[in-house]
Amino acid sequence: MTNKRTGVFVCHCGTNIAATVDVKKVAETMALEGTVAYSADYVYMCSDPGQNAVIQAIKDNQLDSVIVSCCSPNLHEGTFRNNAIRAGINEFTCEIANIREQCSWVHKDRAAATEKAIKIVRSAARRVVRNQSLDSIAIPVTRRALVIGGGIAGIQAALDMANAGLDVVLVEKLATIGGHMLQLSETFPTLDCAQCVLSPKMVEVSRHPKVKLMTYSEVQEVSGSMGNFKVKILKKPTYIDTEACKICDDCSVVCPVVVPNEYDLGLTSRRAIYIPFAQAIPASYVLDENACLGLHPIRCGKCKDVCEVGAINYDMLPQVVTEEFGAIIVATGFDLYPQEKILEYGAGNVPDVLDGLQFERLCSASGATQGHVLRPSDKKEPKEVVFIQCVGSRDPAQHCAYCSKICCMYTAKHAQLYKHHVPDGRAYIFYIDIRSGGKGYEEFVQRTMENDGAVYLRGRVSKLHRTKDGKVRVMGTDTLTGQNVEIDADMVVLALAMQPSKGTEEIAKILKIGRDKDGFLAEAHPKLRPVESVTGGIFLAGAAQGPKDIPETVAQASAAAAKAIILLSQPMLSRSPTIARVRNSHCTGCEMCVDACPYVAIRLENGKAVVNEVLCEGCGACSATCVRAAIEVKNLSLAQVNDMIEAVMTV
Amino acid sequence: MSDEQVYEPKVVAFLCKWCSSAGSDLAGVSRIQYPANATPIQVMCTGGVSPMYVLSALRKGADGVLVSGCHPGDCHYIEGNYLARRKLHLVKELLEFVGIEPNRFRMSWVSAAEGGKFAQVVRDFVEDLRPLGPQDKVKADRS
Repeated sequence: MTNKRTGVFVCHCGTNIAATVDVKKVAETMALEGTVAYSADYVYMCSDPGQNAVIQAIKDNQLDSVIVSCCSPNLHEGTFRNNAIRAGINEFTCEIANIREQCSWVHKDRAAATEKAIKIVRSAARRVVRNQSLDSIAIPVTRRALVIGGGIAGIQAALDMANAGLDVVLVEKLATIGGHMLQLSETFPTLDCAQCVLSPKMVEVSRHPKVKLMTYSEVQEVSGSMGNFKVKILKKPTYIDTEACKICDDCSVVCPVVVPNEYDLGLTSRRAIYIPFAQAIPASYVLDENACLGLHPIRCGKCKDVCEVGAINYDMLPQVVTEEFGAIIVATGFDLYPQEKILEYGAGNVPDVLDGLQFERLCSASGATQGHVLRPSDKKEPKEVVFIQCVGSRDPAQHCAYCSKICCMYTAKHAQLYKHHVPDGRAYIFYIDIRSGGKGYEEFVQRTMENDGAVYLRGRVSKLHRTKDGKVRVMGTDTLTGQNVEIDADMVVLALAMQPSKGTEEIAKILKIGRDKDGFLAEAHPKLRPVESVTGGIFLAGAAQGPKDIPETVAQASAAAAKAIILLSQPMLSRSPTIARVRNSHCTGCEMCVDACPYVAIRLENGKAVVNEVLCEGCGACSATCVRAAIEVKNLSLAQVNDMIEAVMTV
Repeated sequence: MSDEQVYEPKVVAFLCKWCSSAGSDLAGVSRIQYPANATPIQVMCTGGVSPMYVLSALRKGADGVLVSGCHPGDCHYIEGNYLARRKLHLVKELLEFVGIEPNRFRMSWVSAAEGGKFAQVVRDFVEDLRPLGPQDKVKADRS
């Protein structure tokens, strides 16, 4: 054991580490370790001279293993393992001791921080004594990609990957692709019609020979890892043969069940058998099994009787298909924060208090009122409309702490659209700040104020209620004049916060990817890896990752697609070789590890456990279960952990 | 200055790579201060933390052992934290059986987004360990 020659390199990181940790002392203390042949400190180990010094020291001192004590291994492990290779030693004999994020940055007491840093570095140095030289495992790649979510983000990502030659499956929960963007009337800051710019993309993705659309489908189960995922997808029954359906509308005319239309956010109604909207893709009717009287000719059967082509099949069953993919892009989008939670604004019970998406449907040419702005309660043209921003956003005490980013802009757009529809109407906007960062955004808001004469009032609305004459009384404060403001409005539009869509939590659990404190999908690094999840091979796009507008969503979707294309264009993927290893002399074939393995990677052969190298992820569940210490993870063996504990407890 | 030394509990913290170690990194990036009593040892998954690690740490003189992983249901390795929860619950009972305060062992769930929570977990644990005093029940005599 004493013939081991480890080099320890302690980084100052400028003053990031050196200000709180006595790096010289760390290096000197480490030099006393029996296995440490070389120990040095340097101001920036990751700089070119720093790296060269590491390489030179390895060569000059015939080092066989290296500890770099610096920042988190997530940042520079790759850098220094690469240096190990350049110096002619195995990359897996290089380990990182994190004395910045887990030490110098979180402590002020220099003596205590130095002592802790020594413990951290010493434990890494003791561990590396037993590190084996390993070679990465090469695995083949499945050249197919899965996109979850058929909104603009999912459509864009699917198109980009398909155009790069990959086979793509696009899974959408609802009966049609399009997402929330399709519900919008016009888009800021150009006021081009949302459907007009989105529907060509929808058509393109549906006709693309490389894209397979799976609407009315949900991802149920995901196994495997980067490069080779196995995904179970549930195809819910629509009870309609999409190929045969002629979209003649005969069925919905005779259907006796009337329910609120989700696409118009309840402003209109639909039948139990319906087409979500005219441009729906796939263009087909759907039978809503929850609304239908019973999917049975004896109960009702009117639609089936009237369908000339026989496209309706009450006996259609859910189908589960298993597909294999190399990469997954998650684009599950957003929902509006529920109006029911905003008690001071009537919790959704005051008539003519709408949310932003409902107002979009009122303005839209395809909407409830064919593009005439009429208030829902009496179908009259509202002459005074109050728009309230930051409803649920920027309210850490009661609702969401974050800024939803798009509401300043879409409220300005709403005011403009309203004034275009009702030129003699008055638009009031309550705001906290105006945040209009973006190309042409500030000019757009200015136009709303100057050309369209919207009245901006800085302040929050304390409450609102319905008056006897059918108006909505809005009580707020204009904090610029210090005056209380009371407006009897004909209609109120709430700019509700954006939150991750309803299925996001579940899909995150299925995919084993993290979410942030607000429930949005977490990126691997907030600045440098914004479209990757922490799990290799799973990428993020759109509002499921955080509030964002359409241009940003499209950019992120293309970025995620590019990341997936990069991954899937490699001939082979290399996987970490730090996986489980069986010590045959100790194994009794008790099968405890076989049961503990979450990946079914262990089987018994001739009475001994055998590890499947492709399936094993190296989690160590097997080694924690084995009573005879017969199975352990390479380079993090029981003996190594024992040595690390010993090192940590040595004063 | 008082000559009396404040008792500083020594804690070994087993942190899973994907959640709690990343959460601890975030505490660092956010410069959230917490006591230096806990020295981290990164493991791949709490499911890989053998009860022997806990006992070994106590044997080597730790006053407390922390095992921190992903939230239930969020394990990077599908179900490692469930395995850990079941297994390490028994460790607590075992500690009680051999006469060590079971509160010297703690499990927590800290995600990669919870830097503040990680700092709080360490703060709380260290404070809760202080009244227990040094652990010498199973500490090997090294003199």
